[in-house]
Amino acid sequence: MTGPVLDIKDFSVVYRTPGGDVRAVTGVDLQMNAGEVVGLVGESGSGKSTLAYGACRLLRAPALITGGGVTYRGRRTAGPMDILRLGPAELQRLRWREIAIVFQSAMNALNPVLNVRDQILDVIHAHLRISRDEARDKVGSLLDLVGIPRARLRGYPHELSGGMRQRVMIAMALATDPEIVIMDEPTTALDVVVQRDILAQIVELKERLGFSILFITHDLSLLLELADRIAVMYAGQLLEVGTAHQLQHTPAHPYTRGLLNSFPSLRGARRDLVGIPGSPPDLHDLPPGCPFLPRCGYGTPACTDIDMSLAPVAPASAPGHVTACPFVRPDTPAPPGRPDRPAEASPEPATSPELTS
Amino acid sequence: MPFIVRRLIFYLVAAWVALTINFFIPRAMPGNAVESIMAKFPNLQPSAYKALQAMLGVGHPGSLWDQYGAYLGNVLHFNFGVDVTNYPANVSTLLAQTIPWTITLVGTATVIAFLAGTVLGIVAGWRHGGWLDRVLPGLMFFQAVPYFFLALILLELLAVRGHVLPLGQGYAGGLVPGWHWDFIVSAVYHSLLPAFTIVIASVAGWMLQMRNVMITTIGEDYMLAAQAKGLPGRRVMFSYAARNALLPQLQGFGLAVGFVVSGAIVMEIVFSYPGIGLLLLNAVTSNDFPLMQAIFLVITFAVLLANLIVDMIIVAIDPRARAREGAR
Amino acid sequence: MTVALPISTDPAVVPEEHQPRRGLWRRLPTRAKAGAIMLGAFILAAIIGPLLTPYDPSFQNPAPGLSLHPPDAAHLLGTTQSGQDVFSQLLLGIRLTLELALSVGVVATVLSVVVGVAAAYLGGVWDEVLSLATNVFLVIPALPLLIILLGYLPQKGQTATVLVLAGLGWPWGARLIRAQTMAIRGRDFVAASRETGERTWRILAFEIVPNEVSLIAASFVNTVLYAIGASVALAFIGLADLTSWSLGTMLYWAQSQQALQIGAWWWFVPPGLAVALMGTSLVLLNSGIDELGNPRLRDAGGASAAAWHKLRPTDPTPVLGAAPARRRWRGGRQAGGELP
Repeated sequence: MTGPVLDIKDFSVVYRTPGGDVRAVTGVDLQMNAGEVVGLVGESGSGKSTLAYGACRLLRAPALITGGGVTYRGRRTAGPMDILRLGPAELQRLRWREIAIVFQSAMNALNPVLNVRDQILDVIHAHLRISRDEARDKVGSLLDLVGIPRARLRGYPHELSGGMRQRVMIAMALATDPEIVIMDEPTTALDVVVQRDILAQIVELKERLGFSILFITHDLSLLLELADRIAVMYAGQLLEVGTAHQLQHTPAHPYTRGLLNSFPSLRGARRDLVGIPGSPPDLHDLPPGCPFLPRCGYGTPACTDIDMSLAPVAPASAPGHVTACPFVRPDTPAPPGRPDRPAEASPEPATSPELTS
Repeated sequence: MPFIVRRLIFYLVAAWVALTINFFIPRAMPGNAVESIMAKFPNLQPSAYKALQAMLGVGHPGSLWDQYGAYLGNVLHFNFGVDVTNYPANVSTLLAQTIPWTITLVGTATVIAFLAGTVLGIVAGWRHGGWLDRVLPGLMFFQAVPYFFLALILLELLAVRGHVLPLGQGYAGGLVPGWHWDFIVSAVYHSLLPAFTIVIASVAGWMLQMRNVMITTIGEDYMLAAQAKGLPGRRVMFSYAARNALLPQLQGFGLAVGFVVSGAIVMEIVFSYPGIGLLLLNAVTSNDFPLMQAIFLVITFAVLLANLIVDMIIVAIDPRARAREGAR
Repeated sequence: MTVALPISTDPAVVPEEHQPRRGLWRRLPTRAKAGAIMLGAFILAAIIGPLLTPYDPSFQNPAPGLSLHPPDAAHLLGTTQSGQDVFSQLLLGIRLTLELALSVGVVATVLSVVVGVAAAYLGGVWDEVLSLATNVFLVIPALPLLIILLGYLPQKGQTATVLVLAGLGWPWGARLIRAQTMAIRGRDFVAASRETGERTWRILAFEIVPNEVSLIAASFVNTVLYAIGASVALAFIGLADLTSWSLGTMLYWAQSQQALQIGAWWWFVPPGLAVALMGTSLVLLNSGIDELGNPRLRDAGGASAAAWHKLRPTDPTPVLGAAPARRRWRGGRQAGGELP
């Protein structure tokens, strides 16, 4: 089937509270292709999790999807499926079988009173019609796949270490051979050494099984190594989308450039970290125009009139690289006091070189 | 140290505190109520007199520690002294006659109410926002109504006016207690209305509590994960939500069972049911201190035992409790 | 009367910041507003009622026709065995019972805040001792202990009863407040205050306690509920000042004079109903305070309205303008993974 695996168009979500609507996600366009790793990066509260969960209709009240469309095209589906129009039963069949999620904190995402084997069996029996013996074998082979000793099958979540729990979550996510795996900050709660192992494992599994990944994180340096394409999100809106290479070497949006400036490099001359001053806006009442304006070093009064649609940066040389800022280009010089990240001190791999495919 | 051993030690400490309070209250309270009682019975047998003294704590030769020791010894031998109003009957005898009635009635009714309330609460919590929420104010009324008042109302409607159920007592007047069929049928018939009252009065409380716990549990991350996994609704409701919610609900039972039992015992008075309730009323009316103290100890120990049983159930169903070392 | 545990015992449910007092009434759910209004009515009755009693409640009218007289124009709620006016007794009873219960609420809540905060903040051996005491008094059933405490008191006056009831009513709130204080204590803004050298009592008074207001309010309401239930039950078995006219005493006299058997329902129904309704108003209020402190307990509200059907927590996120989906109770297994 042609077309992106997941096609999110003009997607908007609000939280309808007694105090008014909170515009958590506004007008987001995002596509994912088969076998691709798409990174979604932004600060806390930028709406990245809301976008991902909202696309699966997993948000709880008072969330409300106010516009747009989410279309799914998987290898097993007969035709494109409009997720926003599905009934509860069809949604239940779609979930996990096609789109699985690895949650941020596996301790909280695992049922405390069921053992590991029963929880994986639950997922298998819910979506696959296979015999009990086959299911048991499958559970064993899944644990082998992620590198957990089979002796842990009878264990309970609280008996496992953080890294092991995360691996269990990954094993569960892959149990039904999904098309898309959404990873919501899967390694944020882990220490760096374990983080590296898990990420290496994820990449290897992706190569082997061929699923796409939507990797949500606040750590841009991680995505520069891991992702094929990266979408930068702020205050519920996309600011820039492009390949990892494009964002690393020719970042267009001021926010992206600020993010690149916020983590140090291992090599090169020492310099002051600049970062981005200020804090994200209150989503209760967003000002018109660009939400980043108060913190932007390039801002002008004209910024309050733009419509935040994504436009190509350099259509000929960099296809697919889009930005929401009509005024700033990769070659626009940095404002005084906020120098760009030096080009030669490119960001060091956050993890070992084995990660890149 | 295993969880259950820690809890057992705790309950022993609580029992000891109850015993010690029981011992010191007569000495600590103002007034000479105790001495006036003793003065009523100058002709007591020496052993009975000593028992009474130990219970009430007066006149015993020897220091406070000796008295305390004697008191503890008596209690452990179920020797609660002589009953003042029904002299020369032993307090223990009186208790032995009434406790089975109370345990059967209150125990059965409470367990039924807890189970029914918990199941209803599971459904109400799962369908949070649905029509079941509309009956909440009605449930709250039943949670707030005193048991004995509900008993009065039900008696008025069903027994006085309706003539459906008996007006009270434990069994029909002419029968002799014993293990024969007529008596058992009559006893069950007479226990219907009291049991019904206890169930109606307490079911609302359990239901509201379970509903709240379910709603909080449904907000947990693993519930969202279960939804994301596309698991069938019934499996999620029982094995993911209810099973986790059951733990705080059981802990709540342990805390509330003291109130439920107390309320039920007072309610017995309205029905003239031959349980501890009537005994208690008579004891209070006639200032029968040994009996009052004995009743306090009996009820307290029963509640502590119930709590221990609940703890054992929790250990059986919660894998984390077995590993936990600290207090819950 | 069962005392439920409406507050989630999860100490991690801590409000992010001190909720503003403005708009408090507006934010209360309907149930809580109904409860508050009912309670207000009773408080009003308590304050002005006894001034409006048509008769002296204790006045025993010896006229034979007036004993156990059913309600009529002269006696709105009928008369007792000795010709006393039930309505007057009721008004006085509401005042006495409320006075008692509110006093117990205040004393016990203060005690529970002190113990709970002290245990959480001081930690160490203090925490161990206070927690043990709290748990012991929580598990020992209150009513039997109250019975012997009051039983030995020669005069069962108002003050003594308040003290005794409060003395057994603090552990419930203390435990919850301790849990919440421990959760707050570890938060950043408290550590920041300590770093800047703020004195302990100031930290407690201005940073910790204000964040626990909803918990303290719920604890107060629950304690008043307990006090009403306990005092009425105690009076019913005769452990109160039987010359005063509290609602429980009325019920005692009604029972001892066999009002039920005689058919004088007007004697025991009004006081019992008053107790039940006062209790109901408190439970309603409490559920509202609960919802303020624990947002999960609120229903879907605005999103439900936009989606045109009552949302259950496990329903998929609604889409604005989409037709409401029919809800199926069972989920199904899918053979082979085929999707339509």
